[in-house]
Amino acid sequence: MMELWFSEKHTENVKLSIKVKRHLANKTSDFQQIDVFESEEFGRFLTLDGLMMMTEKDEFIYHEMMVHVPMAVNPGIENVLVIGAGDGGISRELIKYDGIKKIDVIEIDKAVVDICVKYLPHTACGFDDDRVNIYYQDGLKFIREPKNEYDLIIVDSTDPFGPGEGLFTMEFYGNCYKALTDDGILINQHESPFYREDSLAVTKIHKRIVHSFDIARVYQAHIPTYPSGHWLFGFASKTCHPIRNLRATEWKQLGILTKYYNTNLHKGAFYLPNYVEELLRNVE
Amino acid sequence: MDLELQKRAPLLEALQEFRRMRVVPFDVPGHKRGKGNPELLSFLGRQCLEIDVNSMKPLDNLCHPTSVIKEAEAIAADAFGTASCYFMVGGTTSSVQSMILTVCKEGDKIIMPRNVHRSAINALILCGAEPIYINPQTDERLGISLGMETADVVKAIQNNPDAAAVLVNNPTYYGVVSDLKRIIDAAHLQNMKVLVDEAHGTHFYFGEDMPVSAMSLGADMASVSMHKSGGSLTQSSILLCGENINTDYVRQIINLTQTTSASYLLLSSLDIARRNLALHGRETFKHVNELAEYARSEINCIGDYYAYSRELTLRSAVYDFDTTKLSVNTYEIGLAGIEVYDILRDEFDIQVEFGDLSNILAYISLGDREQDIERLVAALAEIRRKYKKSRANLQRYEYINPIVALTPKQAFYSVKKSIPLENCAGEICAEFVMCYPPGIPILAPGERITGDIIDYIKYAKEKGCLMTGPEDMEINNINVCGGDK
Repeated sequence: MMELWFSEKHTENVKLSIKVKRHLANKTSDFQQIDVFESEEFGRFLTLDGLMMMTEKDEFIYHEMMVHVPMAVNPGIENVLVIGAGDGGISRELIKYDGIKKIDVIEIDKAVVDICVKYLPHTACGFDDDRVNIYYQDGLKFIREPKNEYDLIIVDSTDPFGPGEGLFTMEFYGNCYKALTDDGILINQHESPFYREDSLAVTKIHKRIVHSFDIARVYQAHIPTYPSGHWLFGFASKTCHPIRNLRATEWKQLGILTKYYNTNLHKGAFYLPNYVEELLRNVE
Repeated sequence: MDLELQKRAPLLEALQEFRRMRVVPFDVPGHKRGKGNPELLSFLGRQCLEIDVNSMKPLDNLCHPTSVIKEAEAIAADAFGTASCYFMVGGTTSSVQSMILTVCKEGDKIIMPRNVHRSAINALILCGAEPIYINPQTDERLGISLGMETADVVKAIQNNPDAAAVLVNNPTYYGVVSDLKRIIDAAHLQNMKVLVDEAHGTHFYFGEDMPVSAMSLGADMASVSMHKSGGSLTQSSILLCGENINTDYVRQIINLTQTTSASYLLLSSLDIARRNLALHGRETFKHVNELAEYARSEINCIGDYYAYSRELTLRSAVYDFDTTKLSVNTYEIGLAGIEVYDILRDEFDIQVEFGDLSNILAYISLGDREQDIERLVAALAEIRRKYKKSRANLQRYEYINPIVALTPKQAFYSVKKSIPLENCAGEICAEFVMCYPPGIPILAPGERITGDIIDYIKYAKEKGCLMTGPEDMEINNINVCGGDK
């Protein structure tokens, strides 16, 4: 019997394989190779240059943790900038908030959006809202212009190599600082602390964010299809502390429906394993 | 240029064939295709080490080329539109030295701008020729030296009718081009040879809307750094020779100082890079130019920075400007160029070509991508936001007219004494002092040291320039002429 498997190397010696039912889309854009597969276990999933970006089964963890953590610290957020996020999942979570007035989404590769709209409607539905404006350009270029404009910037980037490289740099975080309002919050996907190569990226990113922001904390979640399954996120701000400034009651009153996130988990997510604490402390 | 011919790459083809032959090596190099040095093999890879071989019949010999190297050189000469050329493996330094050693002997005069690369003055130490310096005009606002005024060159030619040659930069590191055509005409009228340092001008031979290349204007010899804008490996270079040059004599001159074990990695990179330039140079440099223009316009929008371009040609000492060069003046930020250079590397992981007292130069080439340009622009914007300060403490570059008291050779080989930098005023310098890069000497052997020069060296040191040249690597002491023994 014939079997088709998608495999991604998590290190030189470890790989994750998912049995594929159908290969739905395959396109080489100006920036990367884009694929969508369908599987029994994870539903449809998107890969860029052969690396797992999201699956229908576990994407809710990632997207909820990127959006609701900052929203519960400052439920008054009005202007949001999302960098990356061609799959629409971040926008889908953001549009649950009536208080948000503007969501600017910057995506370098229009082909990703087109493919997600066609093949991943459950996440790409995030683009169907009047408040969402998509700009197809380099995030690093876009971020140079705005000053004191956004209450929240979410960096939903690929890995720190390939087209997303510029979104892991000192100049990018510095420009984000400038683009944020005084109580603005920067959220970024922060790679995994577990395997050595990935953990080097974690420390590099943290060092750079610490350099630009007064408050720079890291939180975690379980994401089964990402390398090691243990994933980190960054929370950085000029003034807001992710736990001390948590407005749990206010957030609960909004009645936002979530599958992963709650305000107790919010607090817990910032308590990290010792080895991760140490990784981060070494560069602070 | 013969396009069918340009599709060939004789050296590359010979090396590929050589690989297939699986020859058993009982010759040097001793690593024997890497087997004798497994660590090196795993670091550089089999592809590299398999062709790190010695000269042999199927691969020709750089010292005495008769087959595939000769062919590859002939095709390169066709690509550059010149009578003949030599592949060089000692960098463009060796090309520049070979040009000068070919046309100058002991006691000959050579007319050159003072902002030459050190390799040109090095050649004068070797052959004993005497430099007649032309003051490259200075742009005070930018703090850079420009090109030569044609009138100054003509005057120098008239005042020194016995000079053997004129040497010209085409362009300077910053991209400034002198009126080479008129300089060549004036020099040839007096039977002087014209040598051109085109270390930063390889692309002039292949791109459109660029300053004109030296050989097409009738220069006698030119040195092109293929490894800079041409895409070959570091240390490889090409020496171009015109019709009126005895190329067999040039070969003898090259062999005075060149290795007899030339690297086939370097040689094949020249062959491959030449083919690429000949076949795709036009589109490639169009893209490079667009990237540079884009970067320039974005940087000029940040504020305070000044990325200059063709407007410099309003100055009479600037005949033309190479727009692929991205030089940015940092004076209004309140930081020396070298300080911005250091911040870019230390904080932003961005390495630019060099920083001088008021400028940085970012080298844009055929390997650049849009997203890397965005990083540079964003980083410069960040540096302005975080570090901008008053420019009260900044000095600008000033051209200090050199007083040549002895020839470089006389000074270099004279009896010397080492004295503290601050006591050097009035002495004759016996060595080089320069910031590297760009490698243009502040002091060359034989020049009288002045108080201004001492202040300039101290300031450049304080700002963090990498100072090179003197025996004393800390540059606290300078060797001057006239010792006790």
